[in-house]
Amino acid sequence: MAPAWAPLVRRHWIALAMAATLLVGLDTGLPHVLNPYYLTILTRIGVAVLAAVSLQLVNGFTGQFSIGHAGFMAVGAYVSAALSVYLGAGWLVALATLLPAPLARACYFPIPLVAGGLAAALAGLAVGIPALRLRGDYLAIATLGFGEIIRIAILNVDAVGGARGFSLTSAAQPGADLRYDGLGAIYAVVALSVLVIARLVYSAGGLAFRAVREDETAAESVGVATTRVKVEAFVVSSFFAGVAGALFAHSEGYVHTNSFAFLRSFEIVVFVVLGGLGSISGAILAATVLTAAPEVLRGLGEWRMILYSLLLIVTMILRPQGLMGQREFPVGRWLGTRPRQPHAAA
Amino acid sequence: MENFLQQLLNGITWGGIYALIALGYTMVYGVLKLINFAHGDVYMIGAMTGFYVAHALGFAGHPSMVGLLVTLVCSMAVCALLGALIERVAYRPLRGAGRLAPLITAIGVSLFLENAGQVLFGADPKFFPPLLESRELVRVGALAISNIQGVVLATTLVLMAGLEFVVMRTRFGRAMRAVSFDAPAAALMGVPVDRVILGTFVLGSALAAAAGILVGLSNPKIDPLMGIMPGIKAFVAAVLGGIGHVPGAMVGGLVLGIVETLVSGYLSSTYRDAIAFVVLIAILLYRPTGLFGSAQTEKV
Repeated sequence: MAPAWAPLVRRHWIALAMAATLLVGLDTGLPHVLNPYYLTILTRIGVAVLAAVSLQLVNGFTGQFSIGHAGFMAVGAYVSAALSVYLGAGWLVALATLLPAPLARACYFPIPLVAGGLAAALAGLAVGIPALRLRGDYLAIATLGFGEIIRIAILNVDAVGGARGFSLTSAAQPGADLRYDGLGAIYAVVALSVLVIARLVYSAGGLAFRAVREDETAAESVGVATTRVKVEAFVVSSFFAGVAGALFAHSEGYVHTNSFAFLRSFEIVVFVVLGGLGSISGAILAATVLTAAPEVLRGLGEWRMILYSLLLIVTMILRPQGLMGQREFPVGRWLGTRPRQPHAAA
Repeated sequence: MENFLQQLLNGITWGGIYALIALGYTMVYGVLKLINFAHGDVYMIGAMTGFYVAHALGFAGHPSMVGLLVTLVCSMAVCALLGALIERVAYRPLRGAGRLAPLITAIGVSLFLENAGQVLFGADPKFFPPLLESRELVRVGALAISNIQGVVLATTLVLMAGLEFVVMRTRFGRAMRAVSFDAPAAALMGVPVDRVILGTFVLGSALAAAAGILVGLSNPKIDPLMGIMPGIKAFVAAVLGGIGHVPGAMVGGLVLGIVETLVSGYLSSTYRDAIAFVVLIAILLYRPTGLFGSAQTEKV
């Protein structure tokens, strides 16, 4: 019995092969073309996109309003960083004796990403089960609270640096380079995660998320286990937030709890609402534009954040439904596969 | 024991300030169902206005009750105007556009005030001028009440009593409660909903300004980002009491102030910022709509 993804691979192997070549090319080629400043911004855009799309699953598709997403990114970032520093450095060195260095690194780096994601998913489960009993603004403030509690708890753990921040260097293996900032690999992770979330919400089972969003009572009355669906959305969303956090930690090489304060959570909420609640393309667009904007406006000096905030206000007033509303880019049509029917227009 | 009472007193003073900010959150939420994230920054503008007014009018070097009062009134007036302006520019165009769009403009306004504040006032902390000479007002055993604490408590009480009067005894207050109860129905009965909402922002922002001045008195370091944490905490206080419920915000503020002061006094000040949220979540798990919030029935 071939695995479920086999037909997908058979149908798209040319696309996959091209994607793989492109990724390797980006990984090795880009550092020669662009200066590190642009590479850092591109990396941050990737992380922002992943964080935004994962929150879109809860806020946009399931209709639960969570404003504590940065807390789950923090869990992913710190767990993956601690794993790399305390155990992973040794594994990486051992792997490098068996395999050529780039291959050893490529084999190692998925481990902390998945570990960070799983830890965040666990945190999401622990937070989601009690919090999702609350509704509307009470849920919002509870998630904000959990996010802050997670951040302050990490701040008080000395093994991960506490208030000094946590640098990804291993004392036992000083030679191991635990940073991973290959853009190709980072965007591959982001693209794969976005694909998984998109397939999830636009699948038949994913209708349950949207049913809960549209009307919880009606959904329950036709047999949707609403609590279960909400917790599922929350856990999956936390998983990918954790992956985003792990990507952030390993691309920067240093993490500090200040990066995961509630302002970061608000920023992700802004991506989701400004992009259009219930649109994955919208979240990607808004995360990209709003992460790039402060850098593009850098020439304005101290006025840039003022302009940024005004842009935010004006855009929201001009397009209250978000940039994309609930629509998606018709990616399927561009790739030649059948267009996926967008769900009922609001 | 004396130490405990002293901490309790400090907690009540601090809680009163939270309550003043929380009232603005809760009133705006009542009429508009909007979490006004810019509210904490209005409080910052209140403190900053006080700083400049006190220097401009020459109260900075000469502590006096009159100077304090004039500063307080000026700052409240400026923030009342600011509140009205924010409502008019950032929230009114989005009336009827769902609940999340104004939330994002609120975050936008908050970012705007913080960054404009950094450009306008400078990012470095300023020292709020001592508008009162600190001295001991009353001493009971080892428990000392300073005149500053006395003024903070008295101002808080007077403002809350004034608010209670406005909300419960005036035409405007009745209109506010009507809008809060059911805005479309109130509009049909001839209540000018937009004007009531504007008035609510004026009231709430004036109270936040007062909180800014009172903080300046007791805790003189002020800077353009000072509104972020107290803003969030005051929001927590409002939710704690049951958001949209005026006495709830007062109680929520006091509870939060006392708990925070006791925790930083007896346990550890690093957990101070977390404890507000722990209390919040603990209360929400047992009372999902806050201490005074009424459970909402769902109509099918």
